[in-house]
Amino acid sequence: MLKNLIEIENVSFSYEEEGEPAVKNVSLSIPKGAFYAVLGQNGSGKSTLAKLMNGLYKPSSGTVKVYGMDTADDDKTWEIRQRAGMVFQNPDNQLVATVVKDDVAFGLENIGVPTEDMPARIEQALRDVGMQEFADRSPHHLSGGQKQRVAIAGALAMQSDIIIFDEATAMLDPRGRQEVFSVVQQLNRNRGLTVVWITHYMEEAALADRVFVMHRGEVVLEGTPSEVFSHADILKKCKLRQPPVTEIAENLREKGFDISSGVLTAEDMVREVKRLCASSWKK
Amino acid sequence: MLADITLGQFYPADSFVHKMDPRVKIVLLIVFIVGIFLAKNLIAFIPAVLFVILAARMSRLPVRLLIRSLKPLRFILIFTFILNIFFLQGNLPEGQEPTPVLDWWIIHLTAEGILQALLYSLRLIVLVLGSSLLTLSTSPIALTDGLEMLMTPLKVIRFPAHEIAMMMSIALRFIPTLLEEADKIMKAQTARGADFESGNILKRAKAMIPLLVPLFVSAFRRAGDLAMAMEARCYHGGEGRTRLRVLKCTWRDLWGAAAAVLMVAGCVLISEFVHII
Ligand SMILES: Nc1ncnc2c1ncn2[C@@H]1O[C@H](COP(=O)(O)OP(=O)(O)OP(=O)(O)O)[C@@H](O)[C@H]1O
Ligand SMILES: [Mg+2]
Repeated sequence: MLKNLIEIENVSFSYEEEGEPAVKNVSLSIPKGAFYAVLGQNGSGKSTLAKLMNGLYKPSSGTVKVYGMDTADDDKTWEIRQRAGMVFQNPDNQLVATVVKDDVAFGLENIGVPTEDMPARIEQALRDVGMQEFADRSPHHLSGGQKQRVAIAGALAMQSDIIIFDEATAMLDPRGRQEVFSVVQQLNRNRGLTVVWITHYMEEAALADRVFVMHRGEVVLEGTPSEVFSHADILKKCKLRQPPVTEIAENLREKGFDISSGVLTAEDMVREVKRLCASSWKK
Repeated sequence: MLADITLGQFYPADSFVHKMDPRVKIVLLIVFIVGIFLAKNLIAFIPAVLFVILAARMSRLPVRLLIRSLKPLRFILIFTFILNIFFLQGNLPEGQEPTPVLDWWIIHLTAEGILQALLYSLRLIVLVLGSSLLTLSTSPIALTDGLEMLMTPLKVIRFPAHEIAMMMSIALRFIPTLLEEADKIMKAQTARGADFESGNILKRAKAMIPLLVPLFVSAFRRAGDLAMAMEARCYHGGEGRTRLRVLKCTWRDLWGAAAAVLMVAGCVLISEFVHII
């Protein structure tokens, strides 16, 4: 049976007392082991939602529960943040220490982990993200992707079961993006890490278990990637596009090619094209 | 261009001095400084010089690095030496006349004056060498940890020891990042026709504005992001915090302390009993 690690009920949040709320009446739950993606144009409230998930912001109305703990309860703040880690967009602005190892230790020091337990946890966390050789380096000399992996290790060392990624790949080059995304995918598959993946990249969202589309603070669309990306009209209203391959597939279908709907990734496309070729050979 | 300024000036090596407890090293530096100010003449200075040479040998630092640390000092050294030989006459006991060396026009040089000018310069050199030995042989992390521990007793009078140490380590972490950014902004502004190099001081200072404004804006944004990230990682001040690196005193520190005590004792005793100037 799946347990919901994060439960958000009718949550609204506004930065100013009166004025348009940045998050409006959002309800969603995130089960253990899930890989959920959140899409939305600039200013649609994704980051605000993310910060509501670990108590960085408290909802103006509604409740957010992490492991059944209400984020409005001040006594639980540190336990909630330990359970729900967060990786931010700018790789430079989230590493605190001058040495990688010490940065991974930062969270452990904060929650009072005994000194003798730290080295093993740090080493394991760095190994999980493939950064063990860099333990004694300065973060300044790492690439953007490597810095983000160190940030992930920081959350893993704290034994967070869920990590919220707020556009963690937005400032990386394609290689770094791939590097970070595949590390996260592996952690999700092999370690059962629960992932909330906020992104601008449709290709990344297409690989999630479930996609949420936000527009002006509301969740306007929710479902599996193929469900969500079949709503080209709603996506367009939200200033979003389908993943490039999906667009190509739909164009081809309009031109009369026999391509099935729900093409989300390059692999899907390859499969469809192979099928088409095979069937035209037979003719 | 700005990138060659490295993190502090730490020079990693595997040596006796590198392995010493940073707290002890900081205290020893203070003791050492007191010692060299207690040395009243050149002979009394011998223990201090021996101490520096010993520490330098035990630290396995390249000599050129130590020499380089004196480089920014060269003008001050020459300037004070020249001023001092003109004005110092040496601390002679009552009634004793200084020995003139050169007496020409308004210039009156005495042997005692020259010796004392030498002493003052030597004091400055040894002072800088001692401090450089500390910063070269101690990583920034160890240095801030050591300072934090040493300042901890001051918490009783509400001195923010942990906060200051945290600020120092964050500053160390962000100095290279901000330097790199300054470099980028400078290039971007130069590409738009900004001129940082010509004109008088006033004009050049004014030219810095298009560099400083974006740099500050970005530094504040970074500070906001970083604060958010630190909070997300459960940072809530120094209370209940454990540490990855625990400082431990060892026999090395004992030897270091013994050497420092001997040095100070030597400086004081020789100053008491030997009078050359
Ligand atoms: N600190 C703040 N104070 C006031 N308003 C804010 C603040 N942060 C965000 N907002 C507003 O809240 C709304 C949602 O912002 P949010 O940062 O959550 O969007 P986002 O989807 O993360 O956008 P982006 O893709 O640019 O990161 C926006 O209208 C924004 O202007
Ligand atoms: Mg955002």
